[in-house]
Amino acid sequence: MEDLSKPVYDSAEHKNSAISELKELFNYRYLLGQLVRRDVTTRYKRSVLGVAWTMLNPLGTMLILTFVFSNFFRSEVQHFPVYILSGLLAWNFFTQATNAAISGLVWGGSLLKRIYIPSTVFGVSAIGTALVNMVMSLVPLVIVMLIDGATFHLSMLFLPVSILLLTGFTLGFGLFISSLAVFFPDVGEMYQVLLTGWMYLTPIIYPESLISAQLLPIYKINPMYWMVKMFRLPIFDGRLPTLPEVLPAIAWSLGMLIVGWLFFTSRSEEYAYRV
Amino acid sequence: MSEQEMNKEAIVQIENVSVSYRLPTERIGSFKEYAIRKLQRRVKIEDFWALVDVSMTVNKGDVFGIIGNNGAGKSTILKVISRVLKPSKGRVVVRGRIAPLLELGAGFHPELSGRENVFLNGALLGYSREDMEKVFDEIVAFSELEQFINSPIRTYSSGMYARLGFAVATAHVPDVLILDEILSVGDEAFQKKSRERLQSFQEKGSTVLMVSHGLDSMITMCNRVAWLDQGKLRLLGEPSEVVAAYREDNA
Repeated sequence: MEDLSKPVYDSAEHKNSAISELKELFNYRYLLGQLVRRDVTTRYKRSVLGVAWTMLNPLGTMLILTFVFSNFFRSEVQHFPVYILSGLLAWNFFTQATNAAISGLVWGGSLLKRIYIPSTVFGVSAIGTALVNMVMSLVPLVIVMLIDGATFHLSMLFLPVSILLLTGFTLGFGLFISSLAVFFPDVGEMYQVLLTGWMYLTPIIYPESLISAQLLPIYKINPMYWMVKMFRLPIFDGRLPTLPEVLPAIAWSLGMLIVGWLFFTSRSEEYAYRV
Repeated sequence: MSEQEMNKEAIVQIENVSVSYRLPTERIGSFKEYAIRKLQRRVKIEDFWALVDVSMTVNKGDVFGIIGNNGAGKSTILKVISRVLKPSKGRVVVRGRIAPLLELGAGFHPELSGRENVFLNGALLGYSREDMEKVFDEIVAFSELEQFINSPIRTYSSGMYARLGFAVATAHVPDVLILDEILSVGDEAFQKKSRERLQSFQEKGSTVLMVSHGLDSMITMCNRVAWLDQGKLRLLGEPSEVVAAYREDNA
């Protein structure tokens, strides 16, 4: 016999599924890395420019948006490309990771019916892939800032914290929505519509100053409003977020992560039956 | 404990296990339907019991066969043992590492090379990088894919695909090997090779759990056979006796 750890499985053990899932995920950390690797390398495997598309993609979106909207807003916002790109950074991460969490669980469903895998592995690896993509899309951001003559502020050192906050929120939401999508197949389609609406309700491609004072409190219910702020303040405004600005982001991040994790893991035994 | 007693060690214990599936027609597919039913308190789902109160013990070193008609619960019981399905009732205890050989090459990505897929597939089966690096050369040699291991797997023939899948799944000697009718992989020479590998597992002390429709091979290969009938355990014992009873029942 080879020197492998001998797990003992007992179906009658009444373990806390939220905690034991965390332990299993740690045991399967090599799979996490493999899934991220697979998703990053295969995404553009057959295209000529390959992984470069990860950077060209947001750059293209930004160029189009700048071109289309510059006529409307340029007078109000200086360095409009940087304004858009800093918001897109957060938004693209969120949409990519949550969509990948849904498709990952649906893809993995055929595996979950045959072999044991901790089911959170798909949602978490989706986050890993989105993180890699985000780091790569920092390159076009820097290029645009150089071309546009924008200042590089010291406050940009806050970005790791921004990324951490966004990661928590996105993982929680991704787990929640992918779990729903297993039980209600329509959710996947509905979510695309929801995302479109959500994007327009978040000041990403238009300046926040356009929002009327009466509507602003409603906008502030939107968690992505705060997440985008965490990126835009250090990059575009060149200052650290204040405590009243960072607290809602922390609350949403932690709250969504806990709710999403509990929601997902409390149903994890049913996925093999339902996917 | 003497060696005799050691060999009698229970490696898989199934105690009063029942498994219920929801019938596909009863699946609630939309929010609207769900909301209406919830309001009417009709979210009650009709259950289909794939296994009913099944108890059995598989001892270390056993070659344990499970027979029965289609829909008798053979695959379900393998899934319960391999931790894919949690039993609705009862208890399952497994003392050791399980290698399921349910479907070969599950999770292979067509755009990745054979090499990359070996590591990905190994990770899906729960192995670490070190585990896989140790056996990588062996996997390549066994699957006879030295020339193709760096090519994308979409260029593989179905035989090459299955050979690689088999080699990965059997790269480590498991405590419990689960076979769901996949003994025919590749050409004749490879089939012989894979049979020999499975036999060597038994010699090294692995326990084998298998499901098959080939009754004669069950008699020659297994030392104990269980007969499942509509989710219930009909008979458990000597392979020749159980198979004879099963044949009589189906005559």
